[in-house]
Amino acid sequence: MPEEVLQAPLVLEYPFTGTTGPVVGRFLTGLREGVVLGVRRSDGTVMCPPLEYDPADASPLEEMVELPQSGEVVSWSWGGPRREQQPFDQPVAWALIQLDGADTPMLHAVLVDGPEQMSTGMRVQIKWRDEREGHITDICGFVPESDETGPKTASKTSTTVDLDSVEAVQSVRTPIRLNYSYTPGRALSEYLYAMKDKRIIGDRCGDTGQVFVPPRGVSPVAGKATIETVDLPDVGYVESFNITRVPIATRPDLEPPYCSAWIVLDGASVGFMGLVINCEPESVRLGMRVRAVWKPDEELEVSATNILGWEPTGEADEVIADIERIGRVGPQQKRGSAS
Amino acid sequence: MGKERTAVIGVGQTKYASTRGDVSMAGLLREAAQRALDTAHKTWSDIDAVVMGKAPDFFEGVMMPEIYLAEALGCVGKPIMRVHTAGSVGGSTACVAASMVQSRVHSTVLTIAWEKQSESNAMWALSLPQPFTTSVNAGAGGYFSPIMRRYMAMSDAPELIGCLVAFKDRQHALKNPYAHLHQHDLTFEQVVESPMLWDPIRYSETCPSSDGACAMVLTDEAGGDAHDGPVAWVSGTAMRSESNSYGGRNMVSPAASEQCADDVFAQAGIHDRRAEIDAVEMYVPFSWYEPMWLESLGFADKGKGWQLVESGATALDGGDLPVNPSGGVLSSNAIGASGMIRFAEAALQVMGEAGEHQVDGARTAFGHAYGGGAQYFAMWIVAKDK
Repeated sequence: MPEEVLQAPLVLEYPFTGTTGPVVGRFLTGLREGVVLGVRRSDGTVMCPPLEYDPADASPLEEMVELPQSGEVVSWSWGGPRREQQPFDQPVAWALIQLDGADTPMLHAVLVDGPEQMSTGMRVQIKWRDEREGHITDICGFVPESDETGPKTASKTSTTVDLDSVEAVQSVRTPIRLNYSYTPGRALSEYLYAMKDKRIIGDRCGDTGQVFVPPRGVSPVAGKATIETVDLPDVGYVESFNITRVPIATRPDLEPPYCSAWIVLDGASVGFMGLVINCEPESVRLGMRVRAVWKPDEELEVSATNILGWEPTGEADEVIADIERIGRVGPQQKRGSAS
Repeated sequence: MGKERTAVIGVGQTKYASTRGDVSMAGLLREAAQRALDTAHKTWSDIDAVVMGKAPDFFEGVMMPEIYLAEALGCVGKPIMRVHTAGSVGGSTACVAASMVQSRVHSTVLTIAWEKQSESNAMWALSLPQPFTTSVNAGAGGYFSPIMRRYMAMSDAPELIGCLVAFKDRQHALKNPYAHLHQHDLTFEQVVESPMLWDPIRYSETCPSSDGACAMVLTDEAGGDAHDGPVAWVSGTAMRSESNSYGGRNMVSPAASEQCADDVFAQAGIHDRRAEIDAVEMYVPFSWYEPMWLESLGFADKGKGWQLVESGATALDGGDLPVNPSGGVLSSNAIGASGMIRFAEAALQVMGEAGEHQVDGARTAFGHAYGGGAQYFAMWIVAKDK
């Protein structure tokens, strides 16, 4: 095969929200107001950050207690160079910090210049963010207790804030952004390269003769590698369809109503989804013959988006022999034991 | 030595709602789990293991939430296991939990399934972008509506069968206090006049998006015998899967669906499926799937499932094979929980605990779930008698 397997960046991101429930909500409300709360267990010990249920006996935990805003580094590791998306403007040490009065440590950052300034057992205190919203990042990080360079490191006390009189935090923003390097694999790469030449290729199962398009490299019927690449015409029929009146978030160009259809190419054993275009959606029929509508030659690229959609050929409709079954069940296509 | 007889002794559900903004994910699960424990007359320390299931993590954006749920579900120091089979997961989770009792690995197992869909957007999560191509299809409705069109063409069913199913299930839901949709004033005409979203499927013929959790306590024969309260005995469990695309695949009635049904009915010793099953809870996220599954599961002949719907046979009021007396997925759809709700509602029917939507005298009930591109199946049969 002449070409390389394709690769492209893929970013998945969504602005999720998380419902906090009463206990974590109270903790975050406290952070917004500059107060740190732990939760007391039945044995009298205090967990910070709080959990909603007791690890020992699963009982619900409700009694929140305010904690001092300084404590001790229980363990730590140096975070190395600053990384994108970290909510800090400097390199940090990641540390387990046990606040005075708490019996469990919390994970947060210690804002120091280098690992030589870190030690297990060192005393640290909270550095608050000026603008707070009820989020763990309301704490900028921790700084060495003697360090007075940071602004707003002073502790507040419970007498300054009545948490019952302020709006309670009930949800927290949890945006997620995942950076992948996507590869469609060997078989699909070959298919995508062929698209640049306005060719559609599939691959054939050696045991059953079934032809899959797009090609997969493996036959789902035989469970073996496919044996050959097959050139397919860019004509086929509509196996079934819908007329959709819901927009697709990633397709602002596609105005409802539009027709999404299963297209089965001549010579293919399976269908794939495409848009039926250049006709009224209401005129689309089961078995309607269609051909590919390609982008202008000068716009062709290594992409399945080269096919804009499928338009009627005007030929007589295909007769669908077995209406329950999707794809062709030709005599050459012995079906596996799954049938 | 055969399988250990397995009993459902506790069922707990949350109220299903579009948003449960008052509880965390842990709090949501806890609510269902505590209710299941209460009806089972058990405490957290009586539970040997927890088997949980939910749909893809993109539905909430919490990766591997099972790890953070150990404290809330009392399973610190106990085995915890998560099952994942797309939309069928609630059913598969119950099957896996039952297998732990049937195999005598554990005596008493808590099983729970959930979704908190308000924290994301299912249509986004089901239509993730992919390089080198573009979306031509909107969500699950976009995928399943062409298959329903094929069924309509093959069966020559009257056009409004789907509307009959949707109206029936919404009427059933009025009798189920946990159901998400309680459309007291809904008329059949409104169902019919609802706009087409994925023609031939109307908005009214699709499921809602819900927050909610469902839990069950399963125990062994001795535990079932000793339970001071109603019991549902598990008389069959089965799971099957298949590839979602191969030449000649029957997408209306997938081979895996038929094989799964044959297996579970054989285990339960049931020969005349329609006559011997008193209540059915099947996974119907889009209206036409009721007649389609009635045929695939062998309750009706091929092409005749719609006649059961049209005749009223599947209605709670007067039908001989009530389907989804709870209101079904069309009335509550916390995706990951939806399969387990079917299984749990089947259990409630034979326990005689279904309240207003109780099928009189139900002794044998069928629970069903499917997922993916109709390629994962989970089913169970529960009985009043051992």
